[in-house]
Amino acid sequence: MKKWSWDTFFDAFPMVVQGLGITAGLTVACFLFALIFGFFWTFMQRIPIKSVSWLIRWIMEFIRSTPPLVQLFFIYYAFPSVPVIGMTLSPFTCAILGLGIHFSTYIGEVYRSGIDGIDEGQWEAAKALNFSTRKKWSTIILPQAIPPTIPMLGNYLIIMFKEIPLASTIGVVGILQLAKNYGAQHFNYLEPLTIVALLFLVLSYPSAILIGKLEKKMNRRFDKKEPSGSKPIPEGKGA
Amino acid sequence: MTEPIVRYQNIQKSFGDVEVLKGIDLDIKPAEKVAVIGPSGSGKTTIIRLLMTLEEPTSGDIIVDGKNLWKMEKNGKMVQANEKHLSSVRSDIGMVFQHFNLFPHMTILENCMTALVNVKKIDKQEAKQRSAEMLEKVGLGEKLEMYPSQLSGGQKQRVAMARALVMRPKVMLFDEVTSALDPELVGEVLEVIRDIAKEGEMAMVLVTHEMDFALDIADKVLFLDNGVIAEQGTPQEVIANPENERLQNFLQRFNN
Ligand SMILES: Nc1ncnc2c1ncn2[C@@H]1O[C@H](COP(=O)(O)OP(=O)(O)OP(=O)(O)O)[C@@H](O)[C@H]1O
Ligand SMILES: [Mg+2]
Repeated sequence: MKKWSWDTFFDAFPMVVQGLGITAGLTVACFLFALIFGFFWTFMQRIPIKSVSWLIRWIMEFIRSTPPLVQLFFIYYAFPSVPVIGMTLSPFTCAILGLGIHFSTYIGEVYRSGIDGIDEGQWEAAKALNFSTRKKWSTIILPQAIPPTIPMLGNYLIIMFKEIPLASTIGVVGILQLAKNYGAQHFNYLEPLTIVALLFLVLSYPSAILIGKLEKKMNRRFDKKEPSGSKPIPEGKGA
Repeated sequence: MTEPIVRYQNIQKSFGDVEVLKGIDLDIKPAEKVAVIGPSGSGKTTIIRLLMTLEEPTSGDIIVDGKNLWKMEKNGKMVQANEKHLSSVRSDIGMVFQHFNLFPHMTILENCMTALVNVKKIDKQEAKQRSAEMLEKVGLGEKLEMYPSQLSGGQKQRVAMARALVMRPKVMLFDEVTSALDPELVGEVLEVIRDIAKEGEMAMVLVTHEMDFALDIADKVLFLDNGVIAEQGTPQEVIANPENERLQNFLQRFNN
Protein backbone atom coordinates (compact mmCIF):
# COMPACT_ATOMS: atom_id res chain seq x y z
CA MET A 1 0.00 0.00 0.00
CA LYS A 2 1.10 3.47 -0.83
CA LYS A 3 2.07 5.79 2.02
CA TRP A 4 0.96 9.40 2.52
CA SER A 5 3.58 11.76 1.08
CA TRP A 6 3.86 15.38 2.09
CA ASP A 7 6.08 15.95 -0.96
CA THR A 8 3.24 14.94 -3.24
CA PHE A 9 0.85 17.00 -1.16
CA PHE A 10 2.89 20.19 -1.59
CA ASP A 11 3.59 19.38 -5.21
CA ALA A 12 -0.10 18.95 -6.00
CA PHE A 13 -1.30 21.84 -3.89
CA PRO A 14 -0.46 24.79 -6.19
CA MET A 15 -1.96 23.03 -9.14
CA VAL A 16 -5.22 22.08 -7.44
CA VAL A 17 -5.60 25.51 -5.86
CA GLN A 18 -5.55 27.07 -9.33
CA GLY A 19 -9.06 25.69 -9.77
CA LEU A 20 -10.33 27.42 -6.68
CA GLY A 21 -11.23 30.60 -8.52
CA ILE A 22 -13.39 28.63 -10.92
CA THR A 23 -15.04 26.57 -8.19
CA ALA A 24 -15.71 29.55 -5.94
CA GLY A 25 -16.73 31.77 -8.85
CA LEU A 26 -19.14 29.16 -10.09
CA THR A 27 -20.62 28.80 -6.62
CA VAL A 28 -21.18 32.52 -6.30
CA ALA A 29 -22.59 32.80 -9.80
CA CYS A 30 -24.93 29.84 -9.33
CA PHE A 31 -26.12 31.12 -6.00
CA LEU A 32 -26.76 34.65 -7.24
CA PHE A 33 -28.62 33.22 -10.18
CA ALA A 34 -30.70 31.04 -7.86
CA LEU A 35 -31.39 33.96 -5.49
CA ILE A 36 -32.66 36.13 -8.32
CA PHE A 37 -34.47 33.40 -10.22
CA GLY A 38 -36.07 32.25 -6.96
CA PHE A 39 -38.07 35.49 -6.99
CA PHE A 40 -39.34 34.57 -10.42
CA TRP A 41 -40.91 31.36 -9.06
CA THR A 42 -42.26 33.12 -6.00
CA PHE A 43 -43.97 35.85 -7.97
CA MET A 44 -45.23 33.51 -10.68
CA GLN A 45 -46.82 31.37 -7.99
CA ARG A 46 -48.64 34.44 -6.67
CA ILE A 47 -50.36 35.16 -9.98
CA PRO A 48 -54.01 34.82 -9.01
CA ILE A 49 -54.89 32.65 -11.99
CA LYS A 50 -55.37 29.03 -10.96
CA SER A 51 -53.98 27.46 -14.11
CA VAL A 52 -50.81 29.59 -14.04
CA SER A 53 -49.93 28.94 -10.41
CA TRP A 54 -50.73 25.25 -10.90
CA LEU A 55 -48.45 25.07 -13.94
CA ILE A 56 -45.66 26.84 -12.08
CA ARG A 57 -45.98 24.49 -9.11
CA TRP A 58 -45.80 21.53 -11.46
CA ILE A 59 -42.68 22.83 -13.24
CA MET A 60 -40.97 23.49 -9.92
CA GLU A 61 -41.84 20.01 -8.70
CA PHE A 62 -40.48 18.54 -11.92
CA ILE A 63 -37.18 20.41 -11.64
CA ARG A 64 -36.75 19.43 -8.00
CA SER A 65 -37.51 15.79 -8.61
CA THR A 66 -34.95 15.42 -11.38
CA PRO A 67 -31.25 14.93 -10.52
CA PRO A 68 -29.18 18.08 -11.13
CA LEU A 69 -26.71 15.97 -13.08
CA VAL A 70 -29.41 15.05 -15.59
CA GLN A 71 -30.36 18.71 -15.94
CA LEU A 72 -26.72 19.65 -16.44
CA PHE A 73 -26.32 17.04 -19.16
CA PHE A 74 -29.54 18.17 -20.78
CA ILE A 75 -28.47 21.79 -20.97
CA TYR A 76 -24.96 20.92 -22.18
CA TYR A 77 -25.66 18.09 -24.61
CA ALA A 78 -29.33 18.29 -25.57
CA PHE A 79 -30.25 21.99 -25.37
CA PRO A 80 -28.23 22.99 -28.48
CA SER A 81 -30.45 20.76 -30.62
CA VAL A 82 -33.74 22.04 -29.19
CA PRO A 83 -35.62 23.80 -32.03
CA VAL A 84 -35.88 27.60 -32.08
CA ILE A 85 -34.38 28.45 -28.66
CA GLY A 86 -31.55 25.91 -28.69
CA MET A 87 -27.94 27.15 -28.69
CA THR A 88 -24.52 26.00 -27.65
CA LEU A 89 -23.33 27.42 -24.36
CA SER A 90 -19.97 27.29 -22.63
CA PRO A 91 -19.60 24.67 -19.86
CA PHE A 92 -19.42 27.44 -17.27
CA THR A 93 -22.68 29.04 -18.46
CA CYS A 94 -24.35 25.65 -18.60
CA ALA A 95 -23.31 24.96 -15.03
CA ILE A 96 -24.72 28.31 -13.86
CA LEU A 97 -28.00 27.64 -15.63
CA GLY A 98 -28.26 24.00 -14.63
CA LEU A 99 -27.40 24.27 -10.97
CA GLY A 100 -28.83 27.79 -10.66
CA ILE A 101 -32.25 26.78 -11.97
CA HIS A 102 -32.27 23.61 -9.92
CA PHE A 103 -31.57 25.42 -6.67
CA SER A 104 -33.76 28.40 -7.55
CA THR A 105 -36.80 26.16 -7.12
CA TYR A 106 -35.77 25.46 -3.52
CA ILE A 107 -34.99 29.09 -2.93
CA GLY A 108 -38.34 30.12 -4.37
CA GLU A 109 -39.97 27.91 -1.75
CA VAL A 110 -37.86 29.52 0.96
CA TYR A 111 -39.00 32.98 -0.12
CA ARG A 112 -42.58 31.79 -0.21
CA SER A 113 -42.38 30.49 3.35
CA GLY A 114 -40.95 33.84 4.42
CA ILE A 115 -43.75 35.77 2.73
CA ASP A 116 -46.41 33.44 4.13
CA GLY A 117 -45.04 34.22 7.57
CA ILE A 118 -46.01 37.88 7.23
CA ASP A 119 -49.10 38.77 9.17
CA GLU A 120 -52.20 39.85 7.21
CA GLY A 121 -52.20 43.05 9.28
CA GLN A 122 -48.96 44.17 7.63
CA TRP A 123 -50.54 44.04 4.17
CA GLU A 124 -53.55 45.94 5.45
CA ALA A 125 -51.45 48.61 7.13
CA ALA A 126 -49.49 49.04 3.90
CA LYS A 127 -52.73 49.47 2.01
CA ALA A 128 -54.17 51.89 4.56
CA LEU A 129 -51.04 54.02 4.13
CA ASN A 130 -51.60 53.89 0.38
CA PHE A 131 -48.36 52.12 -0.55
CA SER A 132 -47.93 51.22 -4.22
CA THR A 133 -47.43 47.55 -4.98
CA ARG A 134 -43.73 48.06 -5.64
CA LYS A 135 -43.08 50.10 -2.51
CA LYS A 136 -45.13 47.71 -0.42
CA TRP A 137 -42.92 44.81 -1.46
CA SER A 138 -39.65 46.67 -1.19
CA THR A 139 -40.18 48.47 2.12
CA ILE A 140 -42.75 46.43 4.06
CA ILE A 141 -42.98 42.83 2.92
CA LEU A 142 -39.54 41.70 1.73
CA PRO A 143 -37.52 43.37 4.52
CA GLN A 144 -39.56 41.29 6.95
CA ALA A 145 -39.87 38.14 4.87
CA ILE A 146 -36.23 37.70 3.88
CA PRO A 147 -34.20 37.97 7.14
CA PRO A 148 -35.86 34.97 8.80
CA THR A 149 -35.00 32.89 5.73
CA ILE A 150 -31.28 33.70 5.80
CA PRO A 151 -30.29 30.54 7.70
CA MET A 152 -32.24 28.45 5.18
CA LEU A 153 -30.69 30.32 2.26
CA GLY A 154 -27.26 29.80 3.83
CA ASN A 155 -27.89 26.10 4.10
CA TYR A 156 -28.75 25.96 0.44
CA LEU A 157 -25.56 27.86 -0.37
CA ILE A 158 -23.50 25.21 1.40
CA ILE A 159 -25.47 22.35 -0.11
CA MET A 160 -25.03 23.91 -3.52
CA PHE A 161 -21.32 24.46 -2.97
CA LYS A 162 -20.97 20.75 -2.42
CA GLU A 163 -22.80 20.02 -5.69
CA ILE A 164 -20.50 22.29 -7.68
CA PRO A 165 -18.06 19.45 -8.60
CA LEU A 166 -20.88 18.07 -10.76
CA ALA A 167 -19.87 20.78 -13.20
CA SER A 168 -16.64 18.90 -13.87
CA THR A 169 -18.72 16.29 -15.73
CA ILE A 170 -19.38 18.81 -18.50
CA GLY A 171 -15.84 20.11 -18.50
CA VAL A 172 -15.69 22.96 -16.01
CA VAL A 173 -12.15 22.77 -14.67
CA GLY A 174 -12.50 23.36 -10.95
CA ILE A 175 -10.45 21.95 -8.11
CA LEU A 176 -11.85 18.45 -8.49
CA GLN A 177 -11.01 18.26 -12.17
CA LEU A 178 -7.48 19.56 -11.54
CA ALA A 179 -6.97 17.03 -8.74
CA LYS A 180 -8.09 14.27 -11.06
CA ASN A 181 -5.72 15.52 -13.77
CA TYR A 182 -2.86 15.57 -11.29
CA GLY A 183 -3.76 12.07 -10.15
CA ALA A 184 -3.82 10.78 -13.68
CA GLN A 185 -0.44 12.32 -14.47
CA HIS A 186 1.31 11.08 -11.35
CA PHE A 187 -0.70 7.91 -10.62
CA ASN A 188 -1.38 9.43 -7.26
CA TYR A 189 -4.91 10.36 -6.23
CA LEU A 190 -4.67 10.30 -2.44
CA GLU A 191 -3.02 13.69 -1.85
CA PRO A 192 -4.76 15.76 -4.55
CA LEU A 193 -8.20 14.47 -3.59
CA THR A 194 -7.42 15.10 0.09
CA ILE A 195 -6.57 18.66 -0.89
CA VAL A 196 -9.96 18.97 -2.60
CA ALA A 197 -11.74 17.71 0.52
CA LEU A 198 -9.75 20.09 2.72
CA LEU A 199 -10.52 23.06 0.50
CA PHE A 200 -14.22 22.30 0.64
CA LEU A 201 -14.04 22.01 4.41
CA VAL A 202 -12.03 25.21 4.78
CA LEU A 203 -14.56 27.10 2.69
CA SER A 204 -17.86 25.70 3.87
CA TYR A 205 -17.16 25.64 7.60
CA PRO A 206 -16.46 29.37 7.99
CA SER A 207 -19.39 30.06 5.68
CA ALA A 208 -21.63 28.19 8.09
CA ILE A 209 -20.30 30.28 10.98
CA LEU A 210 -20.71 33.48 8.99
CA ILE A 211 -24.31 32.61 8.19
CA GLY A 212 -24.99 31.97 11.86
CA LYS A 213 -23.59 35.41 12.71
CA LEU A 214 -25.67 37.05 10.02
CA GLU A 215 -28.77 35.33 11.33
CA LYS A 216 -28.15 36.69 14.82
CA LYS A 217 -27.60 40.17 13.49
CA MET A 218 -30.81 40.08 11.48
CA ASN A 219 -32.79 38.80 14.43
CA ARG A 220 -31.52 41.56 16.65
CA ARG A 221 -33.03 44.17 14.36
CA PHE A 222 -36.46 43.32 15.67
CA ASP A 223 -37.94 40.85 18.06
CA LYS A 224 -39.39 38.13 15.88
CA LYS A 225 -41.40 36.56 18.67
CA GLU A 226 -43.48 39.71 19.01
CA PRO A 227 -46.76 39.35 17.13
CA SER A 228 -46.69 42.11 14.58
CA GLY A 229 -50.30 42.27 13.70
CA SER A 230 -53.73 40.91 14.27
CA LYS A 231 -52.86 37.94 16.41
CA PRO A 232 -54.83 38.46 19.58
CA ILE A 233 -52.94 39.47 22.65
CA PRO A 234 -53.57 36.82 25.31
CA GLU A 235 -54.45 38.84 28.34
CA GLY A 236 -56.02 42.21 28.91
CA LYS A 237 -59.12 42.23 26.75
CA GLY A 238 -60.23 45.70 27.76
CA ALA A 239 -64.01 45.94 27.76
CA MET B 1 -75.84 72.26 4.28
CA THR B 2 -72.20 71.33 3.86
CA GLU B 3 -71.40 68.59 1.39
CA PRO B 4 -70.64 65.28 3.12
CA ILE B 5 -67.00 64.18 3.00
CA VAL B 6 -68.17 60.56 2.83
CA ARG B 7 -71.47 59.23 1.56
CA TYR B 8 -72.57 55.58 1.61
CA GLN B 9 -75.38 54.93 -0.86
CA ASN B 10 -77.30 51.71 -0.39
CA ILE B 11 -74.16 49.77 0.44
CA GLN B 12 -74.59 46.04 0.51
CA LYS B 13 -71.88 43.54 1.33
CA SER B 14 -71.98 39.77 1.32
CA PHE B 15 -69.29 37.24 2.18
CA GLY B 16 -70.31 34.23 0.12
CA ASP B 17 -73.95 33.60 0.95
CA VAL B 18 -73.88 35.66 4.12
CA GLU B 19 -75.25 39.16 3.75
CA VAL B 20 -73.32 41.20 6.28
CA LEU B 21 -74.44 44.72 5.34
CA LYS B 22 -77.99 45.07 4.06
CA GLY B 23 -78.23 48.51 2.50
CA ILE B 24 -76.34 51.17 4.40
CA ASP B 25 -77.03 54.85 3.74
CA LEU B 26 -74.84 57.21 5.64
CA ASP B 27 -73.48 60.73 5.36
CA ILE B 28 -70.39 61.86 7.20
CA LYS B 29 -69.79 65.60 7.24
CA PRO B 30 -66.31 67.11 7.27
CA ALA B 31 -65.00 67.18 10.83
CA GLU B 32 -67.92 65.08 12.05
CA LYS B 33 -67.17 62.50 14.75
CA VAL B 34 -69.23 59.36 14.24
CA ALA B 35 -69.29 56.54 16.77
CA VAL B 36 -70.42 53.11 15.60
CA ILE B 37 -71.76 50.74 18.22
CA GLY B 38 -73.51 47.41 17.98
CA PRO B 39 -73.30 43.73 18.87
CA SER B 40 -70.49 41.47 17.68
CA GLY B 41 -70.94 40.43 14.06
CA SER B 42 -73.30 43.28 13.24
CA GLY B 43 -70.94 44.58 10.53
CA LYS B 44 -69.18 47.49 12.27
CA THR B 45 -65.70 46.52 11.12
CA THR B 46 -66.95 45.75 7.63
CA ILE B 47 -68.41 49.26 7.27
CA ILE B 48 -65.09 50.95 7.83
CA ARG B 49 -63.03 48.35 5.96
CA LEU B 50 -65.10 49.15 2.86
CA LEU B 51 -64.07 52.79 3.13
CA MET B 52 -60.40 51.86 3.62
CA THR B 53 -60.70 49.68 0.47
CA LEU B 54 -59.80 46.57 2.45
CA GLU B 55 -63.09 45.07 1.27
CA GLU B 56 -65.11 45.75 -1.85
CA PRO B 57 -68.88 46.36 -1.61
CA THR B 58 -71.16 43.86 -3.31
CA SER B 59 -73.39 46.72 -4.47
CA GLY B 60 -73.93 50.40 -3.82
CA ASP B 61 -71.63 53.40 -3.96
CA ILE B 62 -69.25 55.10 -1.58
CA ILE B 63 -68.52 58.73 -2.42
CA VAL B 64 -65.46 60.34 -0.88
CA ASP B 65 -65.14 64.10 -1.28
CA GLY B 66 -67.30 63.95 -4.41
CA LYS B 67 -65.42 61.04 -5.99
CA ASN B 68 -66.87 57.57 -6.37
CA LEU B 69 -64.49 55.27 -4.49
CA TRP B 70 -65.06 51.96 -6.22
CA LYS B 71 -66.04 53.20 -9.68
CA MET B 72 -64.48 55.51 -12.20
CA GLU B 73 -65.45 57.05 -15.47
CA LYS B 74 -63.99 55.62 -18.63
CA ASN B 75 -65.18 56.60 -22.12
CA GLY B 76 -68.34 58.06 -20.61
CA LYS B 77 -69.19 54.88 -18.71
CA MET B 78 -68.77 54.02 -15.03
CA VAL B 79 -66.43 51.04 -14.70
CA GLN B 80 -64.74 49.28 -11.82
CA ALA B 81 -62.00 51.45 -10.31
CA ASN B 82 -58.41 50.52 -11.05
CA GLU B 83 -55.60 50.71 -8.51
CA LYS B 84 -54.61 54.22 -9.60
CA HIS B 85 -58.09 55.56 -8.99
CA LEU B 86 -58.41 53.73 -5.67
CA SER B 87 -55.08 55.07 -4.57
CA SER B 88 -56.02 58.66 -5.38
CA VAL B 89 -59.24 58.45 -3.36
CA ARG B 90 -57.66 56.39 -0.57
CA SER B 91 -55.17 59.13 0.23
CA ASP B 92 -58.01 60.98 2.00
CA ILE B 93 -58.57 58.07 4.39
CA GLY B 94 -56.50 56.82 7.32
CA MET B 95 -57.05 53.89 9.64
CA VAL B 96 -55.99 52.68 13.07
CA PHE B 97 -56.31 48.96 13.65
CA GLN B 98 -57.31 46.95 16.68
CA HIS B 99 -53.97 45.14 16.72
CA PHE B 100 -51.82 48.17 15.78
CA ASN B 101 -50.16 46.54 12.75
CA LEU B 102 -46.95 48.49 13.26
CA PHE B 103 -44.01 47.56 11.06
CA PRO B 104 -41.79 45.55 13.44
CA HIS B 105 -38.61 46.00 11.39
CA MET B 106 -38.71 49.79 11.69
CA THR B 107 -38.17 52.12 14.62
CA ILE B 108 -41.23 54.06 15.64
CA LEU B 109 -39.86 57.14 13.88
CA GLU B 110 -39.42 55.09 10.71
CA ASN B 111 -42.91 53.68 11.13
CA CYS B 112 -44.27 57.22 10.94
CA MET B 113 -41.93 58.41 8.21
CA THR B 114 -42.12 55.56 5.78
CA ALA B 115 -45.37 56.49 4.05
CA LEU B 116 -44.49 60.18 3.93
CA VAL B 117 -41.25 59.32 2.15
CA ASN B 118 -42.35 56.35 0.05
CA VAL B 119 -45.94 57.29 -0.73
CA LYS B 120 -46.16 61.07 -0.49
CA LYS B 121 -42.57 61.48 -1.74
CA ILE B 122 -41.87 64.11 0.86
CA ASP B 123 -38.27 65.10 1.50
CA LYS B 124 -36.68 62.87 4.11
CA GLN B 125 -35.68 65.65 6.48
CA GLU B 126 -39.13 67.17 6.46
CA ALA B 127 -40.77 63.76 6.88
CA LYS B 128 -38.53 63.13 9.85
CA GLN B 129 -39.43 66.43 11.43
CA ARG B 130 -43.16 66.03 10.87
CA SER B 131 -43.06 62.48 12.26
CA ALA B 132 -41.07 63.48 15.31
CA GLU B 133 -43.54 66.28 16.02
CA MET B 134 -46.47 63.93 15.68
CA LEU B 135 -44.86 61.36 17.98
CA GLU B 136 -44.16 64.14 20.45
CA LYS B 137 -47.83 65.02 20.32
CA VAL B 138 -48.93 61.49 21.22
CA GLY B 139 -46.43 61.52 24.08
CA LEU B 140 -43.69 59.39 22.53
CA GLY B 141 -41.13 62.04 21.66
CA GLU B 142 -38.56 60.29 23.84
CA LYS B 143 -38.80 56.93 22.13
CA LEU B 144 -38.17 57.71 18.47
CA GLU B 145 -35.39 55.17 18.04
CA MET B 146 -37.16 52.30 19.76
CA TYR B 147 -38.68 49.33 17.99
CA PRO B 148 -42.37 48.47 18.39
CA SER B 149 -41.49 45.30 20.32
CA GLN B 150 -40.00 47.47 23.06
CA LEU B 151 -43.26 49.35 23.68
CA SER B 152 -46.39 48.64 25.70
CA GLY B 153 -49.68 48.07 23.91
CA GLY B 154 -50.87 51.58 24.68
CA GLN B 155 -47.66 53.07 23.34
CA LYS B 156 -47.89 50.94 20.20
CA GLN B 157 -51.40 52.13 19.57
CA ARG B 158 -50.30 55.74 19.98
CA VAL B 159 -47.54 55.17 17.42
CA ALA B 160 -50.15 53.67 15.09
CA MET B 161 -52.23 56.82 15.51
CA ALA B 162 -49.26 59.09 14.84
CA ARG B 163 -48.44 57.03 11.75
CA ALA B 164 -51.95 57.55 10.38
CA LEU B 165 -52.25 61.19 11.45
CA VAL B 166 -48.99 62.31 9.92
CA MET B 167 -50.52 61.53 6.51
CA ARG B 168 -53.16 64.21 7.20
CA PRO B 169 -56.21 62.25 6.05
CA LYS B 170 -59.61 63.92 5.82
CA VAL B 171 -61.27 60.92 7.44
CA MET B 172 -59.78 58.71 10.15
CA LEU B 173 -61.14 55.28 10.93
CA PHE B 174 -60.69 53.62 14.33
CA ASP B 175 -61.63 49.97 14.70
CA GLU B 176 -61.94 49.14 18.40
CA VAL B 177 -58.49 50.55 18.95
CA THR B 178 -58.54 49.94 22.71
CA SER B 179 -60.00 46.46 22.84
CA ALA B 180 -56.65 44.65 22.54
CA LEU B 181 -55.16 46.67 25.40
CA ASP B 182 -54.73 45.95 29.08
CA PRO B 183 -57.48 47.87 30.91
CA GLU B 184 -55.00 50.22 32.57
CA LEU B 185 -53.64 51.28 29.16
CA VAL B 186 -56.99 52.16 27.62
CA GLY B 187 -57.11 55.63 29.17
CA GLU B 188 -53.90 56.95 27.60
CA VAL B 189 -55.10 55.95 24.12
CA LEU B 190 -58.57 57.45 24.55
CA GLU B 191 -56.90 60.62 25.79
CA VAL B 192 -54.97 60.96 22.54
CA ILE B 193 -58.10 60.35 20.46
CA ARG B 194 -59.92 62.97 22.48
CA ASP B 195 -57.15 65.48 21.78
CA ILE B 196 -57.29 64.75 18.06
CA ALA B 197 -61.06 65.05 18.09
CA LYS B 198 -60.89 68.45 19.79
CA GLU B 199 -58.59 69.81 17.10
CA GLY B 200 -61.55 69.47 14.86
CA GLU B 201 -60.84 69.57 11.17
CA MET B 202 -60.70 65.82 10.52
CA ALA B 203 -63.77 63.57 10.30
CA MET B 204 -63.55 60.48 12.49
CA VAL B 205 -65.40 57.18 12.49
CA LEU B 206 -64.90 55.21 15.68
CA VAL B 207 -66.07 51.66 16.16
CA THR B 208 -66.07 51.37 19.92
CA HIS B 209 -67.41 49.64 22.98
CA GLU B 210 -66.49 52.59 25.19
CA MET B 211 -69.95 54.11 25.64
CA ASP B 212 -68.86 56.93 27.94
CA PHE B 213 -66.22 57.88 25.47
CA ALA B 214 -68.69 57.86 22.56
CA LEU B 215 -71.08 59.95 24.60
CA ASP B 216 -68.30 62.39 25.26
CA ILE B 217 -66.76 62.97 21.84
CA ALA B 218 -69.23 61.85 19.17
CA ASP B 219 -71.47 64.18 17.18
CA LYS B 220 -73.45 61.24 15.91
CA VAL B 221 -73.87 57.65 17.07
CA LEU B 222 -74.92 54.76 14.85
CA PHE B 223 -76.35 51.60 16.32
CA LEU B 224 -75.66 48.82 13.89
CA ASP B 225 -77.69 45.67 14.23
CA ASN B 226 -77.79 42.75 11.84
CA GLY B 227 -76.26 44.68 8.96
CA VAL B 228 -78.54 47.71 9.10
CA ILE B 229 -78.33 51.04 10.88
CA ALA B 230 -81.04 50.36 13.40
CA GLU B 231 -80.76 53.69 15.16
CA GLN B 232 -78.87 56.92 14.68
CA GLY B 233 -78.77 60.30 16.31
CA THR B 234 -76.90 62.39 18.81
CA PRO B 235 -75.15 60.53 21.62
CA GLN B 236 -77.81 61.91 23.93
CA GLU B 237 -80.57 60.33 21.87
CA VAL B 238 -78.88 57.02 21.14
CA ILE B 239 -76.83 56.26 24.23
CA ALA B 240 -78.37 58.31 27.02
CA ASN B 241 -82.06 57.96 26.10
CA PRO B 242 -82.43 54.94 23.81
CA GLU B 243 -85.91 54.10 22.57
CA ASN B 244 -85.20 51.06 20.45
CA GLU B 245 -85.63 47.94 22.57
CA ARG B 246 -82.70 45.99 21.11
CA LEU B 247 -80.53 49.03 21.66
CA GLN B 248 -81.66 49.22 25.28
CA ASN B 249 -80.75 45.54 25.74
CA PHE B 250 -77.42 46.08 24.05
CA LEU B 251 -76.56 49.07 26.23
CA GLN B 252 -77.65 47.25 29.38
CA ARG B 253 -74.48 45.16 29.13
CA PHE B 254 -72.26 48.21 29.48
CA ASN B 255 -73.99 49.65 32.50
CA ASN B 256 -72.21 47.59 35.12
N1 LIG C 1 -63.46 38.19 5.31
C1 LIG C 1 -64.61 37.66 5.76
N2 LIG C 1 -65.04 36.49 5.25
C2 LIG C 1 -66.20 35.94 5.68
N3 LIG C 1 -67.00 36.48 6.61
C3 LIG C 1 -66.61 37.64 7.16
C4 LIG C 1 -65.39 38.29 6.77
N4 LIG C 1 -65.28 39.44 7.47
C5 LIG C 1 -66.35 39.49 8.28
N5 LIG C 1 -67.16 38.43 8.09
C6 LIG C 1 -68.44 38.17 8.77
O1 LIG C 1 -69.21 39.33 8.65
C7 LIG C 1 -69.94 39.58 9.84
C8 LIG C 1 -69.68 40.99 10.32
O2 LIG C 1 -68.33 41.10 10.65
P1 LIG C 1 -67.71 42.40 11.27
O3 LIG C 1 -66.29 42.08 11.54
O4 LIG C 1 -68.00 43.56 10.41
O5 LIG C 1 -68.52 42.52 12.64
P2 LIG C 1 -68.26 43.49 13.86
O6 LIG C 1 -69.53 44.23 14.07
O7 LIG C 1 -67.03 44.30 13.63
O8 LIG C 1 -68.04 42.47 15.05
P3 LIG C 1 -67.05 42.56 16.31
O9 LIG C 1 -67.70 43.47 17.32
O10 LIG C 1 -66.99 41.15 16.79
O11 LIG C 1 -65.74 43.08 15.82
C9 LIG C 1 -69.50 38.51 10.83
O12 LIG C 1 -70.50 37.52 10.86
C10 LIG C 1 -68.26 37.97 10.24
O13 LIG C 1 -68.11 36.60 10.55
MG1 LIG D 1 -65.12 44.37 14.51
